[in-house]
Amino acid sequence: MEYTYYPGCSLEASSRGYDESVRFVFNALGQKLIELEDWNCCGATSYMSTKETISLVISARNLALAEKYGRDIVAPCSACYTILYKTNHILKNNPIMKAKVNQALKKDNLEYNLSLNVRHPLEVLVNDFGIEKIVSKALIRLDGVKMAQYYGCQIVRPDRGLDDKENPQMMDSLFEALGAENIYFPMKVRCCGGMLMTTYPDVALKLNKEILECAYGNGAELIVTTCPLCHVNLEAYQDKINKKFKKDFHIPILFFTQVLGLALGGTPKELGLNRNLIPFQLKKTALEATK
Amino acid sequence: MIEKRENTSIIPGVLGKKEKHLRDSLLQQILNIPGGESIKKCIQCGCCTGSCPVSYMMDITPREIIALFRAGEIESILSSRAIWICASCYACTIRCPQGVQVTDILYALKRLAIDQKIFPKRFPVYALSESFVSLTNRFGRSYEPGLILLYFLKTNPLKLLGLVPLFLKLFFKGRIGLLPKKIKGRETFSRILREAEIMEMVVPVQES
Repeated sequence: MEYTYYPGCSLEASSRGYDESVRFVFNALGQKLIELEDWNCCGATSYMSTKETISLVISARNLALAEKYGRDIVAPCSACYTILYKTNHILKNNPIMKAKVNQALKKDNLEYNLSLNVRHPLEVLVNDFGIEKIVSKALIRLDGVKMAQYYGCQIVRPDRGLDDKENPQMMDSLFEALGAENIYFPMKVRCCGGMLMTTYPDVALKLNKEILECAYGNGAELIVTTCPLCHVNLEAYQDKINKKFKKDFHIPILFFTQVLGLALGGTPKELGLNRNLIPFQLKKTALEATK
Repeated sequence: MIEKRENTSIIPGVLGKKEKHLRDSLLQQILNIPGGESIKKCIQCGCCTGSCPVSYMMDITPREIIALFRAGEIESILSSRAIWICASCYACTIRCPQGVQVTDILYALKRLAIDQKIFPKRFPVYALSESFVSLTNRFGRSYEPGLILLYFLKTNPLKLLGLVPLFLKLFFKGRIGLLPKKIKGRETFSRILREAEIMEMVVPVQES
């Protein structure tokens, strides 16, 4: 299948490893991602907190650009996914807002006619391609790798009917089928604080400490995430959390596509693993199981 | 914590002029949210507050926010720190037994507070949003180093020093771009923005 790819700003900067690994995984599975030409920032939570119509307009510019290709639009960043999805949802339900947004888009001869589906790569891989087929394409088993599957907030919430919103299973089933051991992880949909790490660091540091503590306490070797902001908060601030709470965490945080990419035979460089601050390597046992 | 404001009427149920204005603009925004009208069905059970991972840091809880709105105390909500602590994780929204769109209502309250400029100077969340918006308007893309720089210049420039080690670590991993990425259609993008600003002010006539 072919999809229109919306990387989002983070995937070009602090989360380049996510971009590299998403492209690798889709390619390895024979799925085509075609990057949306001249896409702009989705506006994220910050724009949404300031102006309603304008934030919908800038997000809808992407939808209007993508619409002419008729393919589903895939956004890996949880914030982009939520904002684009929400924009689509609001415009579909509110004809007045749709008219206002299109009035602004007209200045660039654009118009959005509500025909797109906004999707997340995790859900695309699990639902369109299928776990069984992914397992059949895997070159390396993840046997015995103890993972904490961390979904964060915005991929399961607000409810889009794709997965259980309190106890989602998509990543769990995917990696379990590849041999991994999913640890007990009740914090899987707990919020990491998002931008609070900048605005109210004390609140965010505590939230992240609790997530790390839970994963670590239940024996996780790594935390798997779907969101650039969760990734930065849990990874780049681990030192700060250790210092503040007198802890000794050293847990690698990987994007789900980085782990999946390893199973599909990707090299650390192809998957952007060299960009992570806390290194992760598959244990020998996992590699041997493959042979 | 909740002081009586001068322009709030002391007659129960009678709204002061300012409160009425705030209420009208808030309701307009709430009705724009799909499912927004379910705010009427709030039963004050407190599931939202109980589900919120940060309610313990709030001066008024999500449940109290809805109660205050009903009581005609929107100004107290707008001057609270609670609405700004919300990280928009939607835990309250999915658990609300009445389908109240709590997170999106909090977004509407944030926009109203910004519109009315009801917050302290050098206020962190506003400073961040303002920086984010100005970069996005300019380049069509967000630019992380620029965002952090602008934000701390507006709030506490000294803290920038503390970020240098993290900046360097990320830089050597190729995770920080030295220059912002820009979209090609910047000119038409700003034309869209100007028109969007006009559209922002267009309020449809309400049927009564």
